[in-house]
Amino acid sequence: MNQATDHSLLDPPQLPFEPLLQRNAVVTEQPWVRWLLTAAALVFLGFFLLLPLVGVFTEALRHGLGVYWQALTDSDALDAVRLTLLVAAIAVPLNLVFGVAAAWAIAKFEFRGKTLLTTLIDLPFSVSPVVAGLIYVLLFGAQGWFGPWLIAHDLQIIFAVPGIVLATVFVTFPFIARELIPLMQEQGNDDEMAALSLGANGWQCFRYVTLPNIKWGLLYGVLLCNARAMGEFGAVSVVSGHIRGETNTMPLHVEILYNEYNFAAAFAVASLLAGLALVTLVLKSILEARHGGELSTSRRH
Amino acid sequence: MRSVVAPPAAGRPRSALPGFGLSLGFAITYLSLIVLIPLAGVFTKAAGLGWDGLWQVLGEPRVLSALKLSFGTAFVAACVNAVFGTLVAWVFVRYEFPGKRLFDATIDLPFALPTAVAGIALTALYAGNGWIGQWLEPAGIKIAFTPLGIVVALTFVGLPFVVRTLEPVLRDAEKELEEAAASLGATRWQTVTRVILPAVLPALVTGFALAFARGVGEYGSVIFIAGNLPQVSEIAPLLIIIKLEELNYGGAAAVAVAMLVISFTLLLAINTLQAWSNRHRQRSRAAPALPHPVLQGEGS
Repeated sequence: MNQATDHSLLDPPQLPFEPLLQRNAVVTEQPWVRWLLTAAALVFLGFFLLLPLVGVFTEALRHGLGVYWQALTDSDALDAVRLTLLVAAIAVPLNLVFGVAAAWAIAKFEFRGKTLLTTLIDLPFSVSPVVAGLIYVLLFGAQGWFGPWLIAHDLQIIFAVPGIVLATVFVTFPFIARELIPLMQEQGNDDEMAALSLGANGWQCFRYVTLPNIKWGLLYGVLLCNARAMGEFGAVSVVSGHIRGETNTMPLHVEILYNEYNFAAAFAVASLLAGLALVTLVLKSILEARHGGELSTSRRH
Repeated sequence: MRSVVAPPAAGRPRSALPGFGLSLGFAITYLSLIVLIPLAGVFTKAAGLGWDGLWQVLGEPRVLSALKLSFGTAFVAACVNAVFGTLVAWVFVRYEFPGKRLFDATIDLPFALPTAVAGIALTALYAGNGWIGQWLEPAGIKIAFTPLGIVVALTFVGLPFVVRTLEPVLRDAEKELEEAAASLGATRWQTVTRVILPAVLPALVTGFALAFARGVGEYGSVIFIAGNLPQVSEIAPLLIIIKLEELNYGGAAAVAVAMLVISFTLLLAINTLQAWSNRHRQRSRAAPALPHPVLQGEGS
């Protein structure tokens, strides 16, 4: 209770520190430099990111709404949409369960080989999607290791839906785990320990303590995982066999239409995927803005 | 049987939480079934060719030029992204301008937009009659259906890697250091190049490597714009698909292994670099803040 404190000597937080810093010319550039750099960055983003996006919708609607609608309601297109939704509906939950399990083990416990495990989880990101498809062809293709056995038992994985699911699971493998691991590491074990000491069992502890803590991070991971699962092209292209109406996902359908010079239809289906990307980005921004504090540090804005 | 004698704490989870065995067991099983065993299959297949067979495939002029093209264009695109990605990250972290939130969200577009969609959109833009192509073609610059088109596609795909890796580091960079530099007489340019740049360099290299690694394996956005001429604009992933269609599984595996080995080496280098820069940052943070004389006397 020192009444005679000299406030001029107090730590900066009591002073109008930030505005002062912003006006402080030594830690920023001349106005014209700032303006120039901002303009250059925005022009670059405009040309490289926005223009392609605008292009998709322009090309899709070039021949009017009628053609657009026809392309989307074509039975092959509808089959492709259905297959894409099915594949994502299988692949995302699988990786969700894996992501939670891996994050629980890695974030809550100390064990040898943890760094190696974390690196291995990220591995699919550094593997070309085409190689991701190739590995399953080598295993399950007609000339692959299990090929003869599969043929003998009348099972088909390559050029069929199971292969597409496998390839999609592979390329979206790390998304949820790598979102949850840093988040759960930051949160530590204290909440769970408190729950346990109050008599919760393991499942209750996870269901009522951990899950509410990680729900926004989980949703963030699911969002990114789903966008990739629905949009994956290279890996799926290798294992699909491009059978119309059967093993054609939306991105593959775009390719087929494009190679048939049916550009309007190709861009129409592409615009659906672009719409998906936009919805993903909007939801992602909302999550970052509203629940940034409950995402891992690298995601906060 | 040394483990019997070892103290119980060694190698055991030090946490009282349940579910370690279950979650780790499941994670490792799933990882092995989906990723590790299938990947090992490629190496086994390529090894089946023997050294001579492997070198024979990788020595084919078509394979060599595809690998060179994939790694070359990915490198150029990563360089472009290192420059413009740094610019974008700098502008978004340091400056305020209208529409910033909107532009910020679009930086992640290449992560969210399916690669095939990006591919046909870029091709439409840069083709001779496209919005951008119609201005460049008269000037003698052909982008679509040339290696230059591949660079454009890979720049699109790789940009967010550089920006998103740099941003948090730039945001955390301490302005006190810049003030100190300025107060010691450094010009703004000197401060930027000698104080800020060294601090963000590890992140920049990481972002560069991530963009590069992604570019090497990229397929969807490239094949539409590349033109796919053998030995001119045919990328390595496409060559894998062509070999698969010829039922030349061994050849496909050989090209894949060459790509994987180079990518894994890169990944290892990134991780080492990141571990090193984390240690570096922690050490500089670890210096305890000096207790403030005034606040100390006042608190209690």
